[in-house]
Amino acid sequence: MDGRQGGIMTTAIRYPHAAGFVAGDRPKIVTSRFEHADSFTIERFLATGGYAGLRKALGRPATDIHEEVKSATVLGRGGAGFPAGTKWGLTPQQVFPKYLVVNGDESEPGTYKDRLLMERDPHQLIEGCLIACYAAGLSQCFLYIRGEMALAQERVAAALNEAYAAGYVGKNILGSKFSVDIVLHWGAGAYVVGEETALIESLEGNRGMPRLKPPFFPAANGLYGQPTIVNNVETLANLPWLMVNGSEAYTAIGTKTSPGTRMVAVSGHVKNPGVFEIINGTTTFRDLLYGAEFCGGIRNDNELKAFVPGGGSAPWFTADQLDLPFEASQVGPAGSMLGSGAIMVMDSTTDIPAAALTLTHFYAHESCGKCTPCREGGTWLERILTRIVDGTGTEADLQQILEVGAMICPGDFPHASNEKLGLAAVPFPYKMTTICFVGPSAFAPLHSAITLFRSEFEARLVKRISIPVTAVSTPPTVWA
Amino acid sequence: MSRLNDVNIKTALEIIARYPRPKSALIPLLHLAQEQNGYVTNEAMVHLGELVGVTSAEVYGTATFYEMFRFEPVGKYLVNICGTMSCALMGAGDLMHHAEQKLGVKAGGTTADGMFTLAHAECQAACTEAPTLQVNYRFRYKVTNGDFDTLIDDLKSGKLADEIPAHGVVARIRQRIPADRGVGAVAPGLATENPAWMDGKAAL
Repeated sequence: MDGRQGGIMTTAIRYPHAAGFVAGDRPKIVTSRFEHADSFTIERFLATGGYAGLRKALGRPATDIHEEVKSATVLGRGGAGFPAGTKWGLTPQQVFPKYLVVNGDESEPGTYKDRLLMERDPHQLIEGCLIACYAAGLSQCFLYIRGEMALAQERVAAALNEAYAAGYVGKNILGSKFSVDIVLHWGAGAYVVGEETALIESLEGNRGMPRLKPPFFPAANGLYGQPTIVNNVETLANLPWLMVNGSEAYTAIGTKTSPGTRMVAVSGHVKNPGVFEIINGTTTFRDLLYGAEFCGGIRNDNELKAFVPGGGSAPWFTADQLDLPFEASQVGPAGSMLGSGAIMVMDSTTDIPAAALTLTHFYAHESCGKCTPCREGGTWLERILTRIVDGTGTEADLQQILEVGAMICPGDFPHASNEKLGLAAVPFPYKMTTICFVGPSAFAPLHSAITLFRSEFEARLVKRISIPVTAVSTPPTVWA
Repeated sequence: MSRLNDVNIKTALEIIARYPRPKSALIPLLHLAQEQNGYVTNEAMVHLGELVGVTSAEVYGTATFYEMFRFEPVGKYLVNICGTMSCALMGAGDLMHHAEQKLGVKAGGTTADGMFTLAHAECQAACTEAPTLQVNYRFRYKVTNGDFDTLIDDLKSGKLADEIPAHGVVARIRQRIPADRGVGAVAPGLATENPAWMDGKAAL
């Protein structure tokens, strides 16, 4: 990758150095210890109610705990939003052993939450893993942390060493008949490994390429072909609080379909970018972008041009969608997704084609190469878009982008409604010709950028006067 | 001599034993090899193949998929500047341009003294603190051109040697499972029934 995209982006406005996380005056489920400077130590963890959820869980039959998680509807926080309790129930009854794989390979553009949870409260995650293993009868746990996250790896390793020594992990936990090992595993830099079947491939020591589903649904046929539960870090971090306070207290926060809280990172052109734990389902994008307790508005009080509502893979929204709540059942029909809780904001000074190129480049670069439409399509999308951004693209190039995109995602592609343009929303999700979402993700942001801001792309095109190649030329006069 | 040394062989065997199948340890072991030599050597890959029971070609196949593994020497400090959306919106392009001038190399290049390798990176999960960079996977947030110059000077003078180890070392703390506390790897075939605590009664 070269420095091209940055040169034509807006100049940076620097904010005073601040911690990414902003506590605020809201109910806290997963970030309750973040205020303490030593939140990652076992001493602080135990002094603030740590491992109480585990103790409480072990005092009840495993099936009860599973039911409790089911009735709390703890939604998966990795992107797909599938309820964790239901996921655990999908494993076949009579196949053993079953495994837990923790997905800490956070790398979706804009997403910044799992790293905080691992760095600042690793014991909470460990406790969550233990509760999950206990409830779902899982025999071994593998905690997969993204390779580039050195501090998270150190904090989790230290926490595991402390927890083993204190008898919270390993053989006969707390003197009970519950025994499970948590093995720290770490990656080496590959975005696609965040996809659950690719994560399993990587954990088996292979190239991290996604497997075909069916037959490789991890719940039935996962790690070493055994039933495997893959859960996101934030999902598991919810469990200790849930055990202590019960599912009723959990569902009392948020809405019926999106209970509890959720970690959201808002970055880009806002006054105070930050990571927040918000109430699920009711907080709107307007609250997040303009609310005084959140980002406090767009930088320099500029106008909002567009924003990415749920990670780099999501189609973009504009000011028309600001009043949508953080609720999957409303964001989907509006033409995008909540994904991994990452909002990236673009103000009126943003160069839209260049911004789209950063994402198209990302997905083209991160394609694992297994599916042709993604490997070739993603690369071509990047090349063609680069031409347009550089000012050497033609009208045919713009058309070509849409044609290449249609080979990755055939049919109607989701996008948001836009009053000014008279656009009606096309609901999420899309159809795809690839195994996983990396391929379509190369096209999703680009498609919505072209749909919503076509004139900006067209302004970049070279207007060529056509020169006929096989010209009917007048023969030289000497032959006449 | 770039096979794993005796101390690392011991660590490697400890890591391998945690997994139901040895090949699963491959990525952690490749990190170990890179930690020892600063990059992954061919001899190390042959050695790892022997340790986990696969061919060196398979080790190479896995290793080349992942971006963090380098197969040629790199600078003592690998400076990764993030260029994905949030950072790009906040001026990562300017920062990269400045970095190229400060170090006198283009992105992807290594300085003549072997101290620095400059590289573009993809999203580093610190988007609210853009623009960000990592030096040997240690973060710097909201980096201004001035911050960058100070960072490079401090690295050169050895001021940050405690905080930032040489390239190859990622986490400096290793997981250790005490022999009397560990359950051991549960391989397919080892367990044929529900774990003991799934008997319908409380575990405690």
